Amino acid sequence: MVFHSLKEVQSELSSKSITLNNVVSQYLQNIEARMNLNAFLEVWGDEALAQAELIQQKIDNGTAGKLAGMVIAIKDNICYKNHKVSASSKILEGFESLYSATVVERILAEDAIIIGRLNCDEFAMGSSNETSYYGPVKNPLNENCVPGGSSGGASAAVAADFCLAALGSDTGGSIRQPASFTGIVGMKPTYGAVSRYGLIAYASSFDQIGPMTKCVEDAEVLLQVIGGPDAYDSTTLLEKLPSAKNNSDKPKIAYLKEAVESPAVHPEIRARLNEILEKLKSEGYVVEPISFPYLDYMVPAYYVLTTAEASSNLARFDGINYGYRSKEAKGIDETYRKSRTEGFGREVKRRILLGSFVLSSGYIDAYYGTGQRVRRVLQEKTKAIFEQYAFLLSPTCTDVAFEFGAKSKDPIAMYMQDIFTVHANLTGNPAISIPCGKESTTGLPFGIQVTARHKEDNDLFVFSKALEALLS
Amino acid sequence: MEQAVYDQYELVVGLEVHMQLKTASKAYASDANLFGALPNTLVSPITLGHPGTLPKVNTQSVDFAIKLALASDMKINTPVFFARKNYFYADLPKGYQITQDKTPICTGGEIVIREDDGTEKRIGITRAHLEEDAGKSMHDQDPFDTLVDLNRAGVPLIEVVSEPDMRTSREAYLYLTEVRKLVRYLDICDGNMEEGSLRCDANISVRKKGAPEFGTRCEVKNMNSIRNVQRAIEHEMTRQIDIIEAGGVINQETRSFNAADGTTSLLRSKEDAQDYRYFPEPDLPPIVITEDHIQRIHSTMPPLPKELLHKYLKEFNLSEYDANVLTSEKETALYYERIISKTTNYKAACNWLMGPVKGYLKEQALEIEQSPFTPEQLASIINLVDAGKVSSSTAAEKILPALANHSSKMAEDVAAELNLIQDADDDSIKQIAEEILAAWPDKVAAYKAGNKGMLGLFMGELMKKSGGKANPKTASGLIQQLLDQ
Repeated sequence: MVFHSLKEVQSELSSKSITLNNVVSQYLQNIEARMNLNAFLEVWGDEALAQAELIQQKIDNGTAGKLAGMVIAIKDNICYKNHKVSASSKILEGFESLYSATVVERILAEDAIIIGRLNCDEFAMGSSNETSYYGPVKNPLNENCVPGGSSGGASAAVAADFCLAALGSDTGGSIRQPASFTGIVGMKPTYGAVSRYGLIAYASSFDQIGPMTKCVEDAEVLLQVIGGPDAYDSTTLLEKLPSAKNNSDKPKIAYLKEAVESPAVHPEIRARLNEILEKLKSEGYVVEPISFPYLDYMVPAYYVLTTAEASSNLARFDGINYGYRSKEAKGIDETYRKSRTEGFGREVKRRILLGSFVLSSGYIDAYYGTGQRVRRVLQEKTKAIFEQYAFLLSPTCTDVAFEFGAKSKDPIAMYMQDIFTVHANLTGNPAISIPCGKESTTGLPFGIQVTARHKEDNDLFVFSKALEALLS
Repeated sequence: MEQAVYDQYELVVGLEVHMQLKTASKAYASDANLFGALPNTLVSPITLGHPGTLPKVNTQSVDFAIKLALASDMKINTPVFFARKNYFYADLPKGYQITQDKTPICTGGEIVIREDDGTEKRIGITRAHLEEDAGKSMHDQDPFDTLVDLNRAGVPLIEVVSEPDMRTSREAYLYLTEVRKLVRYLDICDGNMEEGSLRCDANISVRKKGAPEFGTRCEVKNMNSIRNVQRAIEHEMTRQIDIIEAGGVINQETRSFNAADGTTSLLRSKEDAQDYRYFPEPDLPPIVITEDHIQRIHSTMPPLPKELLHKYLKEFNLSEYDANVLTSEKETALYYERIISKTTNYKAACNWLMGPVKGYLKEQALEIEQSPFTPEQLASIINLVDAGKVSSSTAAEKILPALANHSSKMAEDVAAELNLIQDADDDSIKQIAEEILAAWPDKVAAYKAGNKGMLGLFMGELMKKSGGKANPKTASGLIQQLLDQ
């Protein structure tokens, strides 16, 4: 019993060929069978089964919510009241949240079943899930390879049928890159479309929670449920996302010339992208190359700005009020120093140091200031592209999933993983990764990224569904 | 050192005043903003800085800042940008304070201070910005550990930074008193320095009189009363002059005031100053303040002390002293305003309020806002006295107490009830006067021999016999007339 979409589950539930208990039990069995993937930090099996009973009754009574039948897992940086949450860090080992994230409340209100919390890179800082304090996650498609990151547990869980969908978070590609590496759909909504209340912050002006699913339609349904204004997050948009435009004309599409020409991109990915572009043209879409000569500035600007915000956002993990406190520490300064030294992993410390540096007196203008100026220029240039085109196509990643340790010694190589994905976080645009091919020798999947205009997430879904159909 | 040496120097003082805003809830969370609750009971996950929580601006605190700006001629800057000030401390749960950095909500403006003789001086305001308070670390409650109460964490503050315009400790005193009076009028802060709802840091330097440049300044903290601010400034002035006169230089540093002996001591030097790594708060988008909104707030503003003072001096011709006393507390001024809406005898209204009414309230241990006298009643007393129907002393001693808590009774009702109306009939008074003079021939002789003090005795007798109903002026005239015959 394998499900590919919520629609499929719901139609089987309504035809009574299965019960919700069957669905949950199946997922629990799948998880049990592949514990070695290390996708989950905690499985809430009994709770999920109990919920299945309650929601089954609602289904039987015809009072069930939109997500009835969806078994979902949440990344370990999303808070769920009275449940543990750790951001895969030692510093929050054993910590239980006092409240639920807005997204959690919203999916529960629509009768989704939360089956557990998912491993990820520590504080969502990483592109391979190798920085988790609880160990790396294995790619279910090739256990020698990483599942991507930072939402690596989420991509592995959806790809391995441990759940139908997952909620991940995306600061520079943390939903889309793992989706590409595991052959699933991953979507980062417009900045502000989804409340961040209850998401453990990495970089506040970049972070967005988004869906990771097996098909575009499920991502769409999930965004409808989790999105919308939230009084608890002042950065949410003031209104719900507009519906997709009812346009009979085919939208104009741009693609990044650099991405199909650069030798840095895997030749098979380039070839496949070209194939898709031709297909789109033959379908009657206007597809044009654009040059965007700012790729070189994006990753540096991204790392300067995100680490600056992170250095401040992670200050609260200080061993005083909650979380890990070093046992030997005496006095307040030593408590800070030792708790943070022992509680944070290497990558997190690297980013806190970098971020503290770029904000420090004498350097802030040269680094943080420049980063902000670059971001503003990128926003303007990107806006200009979207004045002419409805969508921008690129590969999601330069390559398919790599083996463990392949890049973990070289932070720059690791950071370049994000070259195509950071763009949407710097500018706030919605972007999705859709599986579009497999490497011939390894059979590992890769995705195509579609970026859309601000707040046109629903138009992005319409086009993505068409593209998905075209690719299958 | 000789006083003449100190006299060669000029003091330069600028003050930073931090005031807790009296909003219903905290600056960025919905916890109640209350003083004196049990420790750590006003602490939601947001106040505790729990993972994933986000701030939300309490717009009431923005409105309070607008009120202060309107009352002190400050410019209101829109949009309002917030910033993070990063530092570690046990009572700062997020590891940063949400404040404003380069773009304070208010800039410019002034506070006018006024000496007893009416001389005014304008003290410039550099800026005022919104921020949040930290919790309270208590180092003396437990023998081993520091205890932290986070009830105060996230309470909204406004920090008002003055220009270095004050030249004496007296001016600093007047400035602080004026600021406190203003925020109490505006009802945005209760201005209690002992409870810490108003706190002040002083930037103090000295220079030779006539010197073009300011001297190096020291910042002094931890003064819990206006008097102590004055003491700290005086001590610091002497200390700095002594160092300069001994050939030393003043180091820019932060010092702490010690109330026990009135001295200051080093807290940290400039070299130890922290790098707060200010940057724009990414969780709070800028807030736009519209002109309409400012107008709406303007229309709800109470009368300001400086406006009332001006009115009392110029329109009512009250004395500097009277006008000051009436306006020094908002409640007194508002009560006075209500009374003078019922009578135009402004001076009498002031005398009644500051004399018998205050005296009665003090005796009964009541606050002015608990006064049992309606403005109508007080106006009726004033009118009755003005009409010559009762003497002021009778009105104060007998009528006023009888009016308390009988809001429907007016002075004339009580005067009639107690038979206190002064007899306008000169004949009956004359008759009493004649009786008295006839009864005291020796005293009359003493008077005629030059002992004019006897007049008081005759007056006292007359008032007694007339049951207080005689108009004292008429009566004394009559007695004199009879004696001089």
